[in-house]
Amino acid sequence: MSDASTSAKGDLKLTNVTKSFGEFTAVDNLSLVIPEGSFFALLGPSGCGKTTTLRMIAGLETPTTGTIFVGDTEITDMRPYKRPVNTVFQNYALFPHLSIFENVAFGLRRRGVKDKDVTEQVEKVLNLVELPHLAQRKPTQLSGGQQQRIAVARAIVNRPALLLLDEPLGALDLKLRRQMQIELKWIQTEVGLTFVHVTHDQEEAMTMADTIAVMNEGRIEQMGSPADLYDNPKTAFVANFLGQSNLIQGKIVDSDGDSHVVDLYGQKVSVLKRRTVAKDSSVLFGIRPEKLRIQPDSHDKPGNVLIGGKISDVSYIGVSTQYQVEMPWGQEIMVFEQNDDGIPPLDKGDEVRLSWEPIFSFALNGHEDAQAGVDVEPEAE
Amino acid sequence: MKSLSRWFGRNLIRIYMVLGFTYLFIPILYTIIFSFNDYIKSNLVWRGFTWHNWQTPCGVPNICSDLGNSLKIGLLATFVATILGTMIAFALGRYAFKGRPFVNTLIFLPMASPELVLGASLLTIFINLGFNLGFWTIVIAHVMFCISFVVVTVKARIASLDPRLEQAAMDLYANERETFRRITFPLVAPGIAGAALLAFSLSFDDFIITNFNSGTVETFPLFVYHNAERGLPAQANVIGSSMFLIALIIVLAGQIVSRKRKIA
Amino acid sequence: MTLTVAPVKKPRSRKIGMPYLLLLPGMLWLITFFLIPILTLVKTSVNMDLKNYDPTSAATGSFWGNFWEAFRTHEAPFARSFIYALAATLIALCIAYPLAYGIAFKAGRWKNVLLVLVVAPFFTSFILRTIAWKQILGQQGPVFHLLLNLHLVTYQSHITASAGAVIAGLSYNFLPFMTLPLYSSLERIDPRTLEASGDLYANAFTTFRKVTLPLSLPGVVAGTLLTFIPAAGDYVNAEILGNPSTTMIGNVINAQFLRTSNYTLAAALSFVFMVMIIGIVLFYISRAGTEELV
Repeated sequence: MSDASTSAKGDLKLTNVTKSFGEFTAVDNLSLVIPEGSFFALLGPSGCGKTTTLRMIAGLETPTTGTIFVGDTEITDMRPYKRPVNTVFQNYALFPHLSIFENVAFGLRRRGVKDKDVTEQVEKVLNLVELPHLAQRKPTQLSGGQQQRIAVARAIVNRPALLLLDEPLGALDLKLRRQMQIELKWIQTEVGLTFVHVTHDQEEAMTMADTIAVMNEGRIEQMGSPADLYDNPKTAFVANFLGQSNLIQGKIVDSDGDSHVVDLYGQKVSVLKRRTVAKDSSVLFGIRPEKLRIQPDSHDKPGNVLIGGKISDVSYIGVSTQYQVEMPWGQEIMVFEQNDDGIPPLDKGDEVRLSWEPIFSFALNGHEDAQAGVDVEPEAE
Repeated sequence: MKSLSRWFGRNLIRIYMVLGFTYLFIPILYTIIFSFNDYIKSNLVWRGFTWHNWQTPCGVPNICSDLGNSLKIGLLATFVATILGTMIAFALGRYAFKGRPFVNTLIFLPMASPELVLGASLLTIFINLGFNLGFWTIVIAHVMFCISFVVVTVKARIASLDPRLEQAAMDLYANERETFRRITFPLVAPGIAGAALLAFSLSFDDFIITNFNSGTVETFPLFVYHNAERGLPAQANVIGSSMFLIALIIVLAGQIVSRKRKIA
Repeated sequence: MTLTVAPVKKPRSRKIGMPYLLLLPGMLWLITFFLIPILTLVKTSVNMDLKNYDPTSAATGSFWGNFWEAFRTHEAPFARSFIYALAATLIALCIAYPLAYGIAFKAGRWKNVLLVLVVAPFFTSFILRTIAWKQILGQQGPVFHLLLNLHLVTYQSHITASAGAVIAGLSYNFLPFMTLPLYSSLERIDPRTLEASGDLYANAFTTFRKVTLPLSLPGVVAGTLLTFIPAAGDYVNAEILGNPSTTMIGNVINAQFLRTSNYTLAAALSFVFMVMIIGIVLFYISRAGTEELV
């Protein structure tokens, strides 16, 4: 066969890809390598350009500039049906007039696979998604979760070099979503294909993907393993979009071995140099809420400390207690405390001090907006 | 008393529907009943029951050949109008092109023009061009006024189609032609069938435009009109009733088949 | 990162001619058998001078002069056409709306069967149905007999051959044109929005006025137009169910074309009538705020 639908293999490589719709730049000079066999997630809020990126890889949009390669084969301008790429669509896009069997067989038949082999391969993949008994049904007779699995089966039966998943779990309820996350991850290891997964749900991305690229306004903010992104955010957007962060405006006033000394509204704390991303002395000092310890102000404890806080809100939620602490400079700091020490929670209005292990804190460029990525609009369905 | 008024309140719509359908079917029922009338010359007064009219539906000069004309014209006009209209609907629903406002206007105007004007203006041009009025001028006229209705019906169906289905087909190695053949067309087909049914019923029942452009050829509605003054034979009622019943049976049978297929 | 300049993209060959190819035959048909005839009609309407009408004279009429003359001499049939059509449209709306509403929301699995029943009368022939009404309401028909026995009418009175009968006939004959668009716009309404309205303390009437009716407005617009336009141009109902004083413009045009053969007057009347109808339609659409009717 002359087209790339069966032959091309290898890493997916996007180089300087830009997509503009009139004045609006949806994807801005994006370069990205997705290694063969990985489970890769494009994570970002609504309108960040992740879906446009996916559609360019699938061939449903053409980049304004830039190139896309699978291995050594350029697919930038290739028609969708010539690409070694299959997509699991949002809302699945199962063909309503065809049976489940014919839905799954669709791609094989278009590529001229023999009837006998079609039957065999379709049955195999229906067994993989554990729905062989539904082969003769019509899509509308299936539940949401079943439709989702058929959509996956319809794509992977073709053994594409690349499987694209466009918010594949968005239409499912929470419990089913958790179950499907595990199942998708299992299918990926089972078939060994490259999965590119687009989602706005950070928990979903972290559960499934080996590598996550966080996208914002058409660019990749940061890329890395889930743990790396969570522990070492490089921008305020990533710090806020993945989990929650307390970001406090500060100034580097001194250096001490492998640490910087940072002044936060008159109180001095330290942060590791290797966890600091700063252009000059102005920094956003960051610490995750669950890394903070909270004690009555009289208490004395070594390490990094901020004093003068006052509890403005307490929510007891079983495994943990969440506190809002108002600091002397007016900022609200969030603290999650595990309820594992038998000490009753503190009360609203209590004067407290906050402390943490110095290695847990990080520092970002102080000229960034500390609110970036907070309250970003959830996906518009 | 209170429960009775509540029953009325709850079933108001249903009662209204029964009344509405009764109104719709009174003349049909009348037509059917009088198809069994043992009439002499004019079918105005009930004179007694007979099977005779149903046994001799063609027993009046011209009536069956006129019905044949109506059916032939209806099928031909439906066939042409459905193809032309569907093509326009796909162009409007699936492509960006220059001149869209002109096309939209040209589709809209025939529907907004009184039939009388359509018929009269066509007659003018047929006379000017020296066309022989008859079968083909009727077909031409019927295709003309059916196209717009086909376009509107099919376009609505295309607009309700999820574009992701076609994208999914392309993603699954179907090129443009295969995508159209295997996905787009089968999904739009019910809309096309509906449009064809509409076109046929408009053509079959048309009187005004046909009357202008028929010359000496007569269709069934023209037969009824021409004979109304002299007294309509009950055979006209037989034909009208049976067309109604046949249409009903065909559509209901189609309904049952499609429901069965859905369940299976 | 390497600094290669991305190649300038060529627009993909997307078969630019395709839409025109699809449009061509149908558009050609409409241009030849609709647009050109209408233009010819305009030309015919000034063939002779209507003000000083003389079939043997070669004098042509002026454009506006002839139209004005045609309108001025037939004000009454014009007025009757629009009044009858308006009345028939309103009656049909009142009958069809509950019918369409019932089919859309209360019919359950009978929905499609009832829809078929709405269209089915088409197949008995429009003329046959009108004649049936004439006989049902006529002096030898059952309704008249019933009223006679109740002493509500005398042998001298009549129900047919009246403006009321014409209007009733018009509203009956175009009822399916009203019901189908109403149904298709009502059917698209999610019944949950109606429940939500009930949940938000709206009673049945308020729900209808504030939710159902606005959401079904496109159907109301389409249905009233599809009823009004043919009703205004109809002459069969006036001929069968009316009397000489219920003559509509359709009767006049028809007679001029097919009996009197004053083509100039017939064409001028047709054109004036068409312009009026399209004017009313466009005005109505712009007021109702539904841009895309097609």
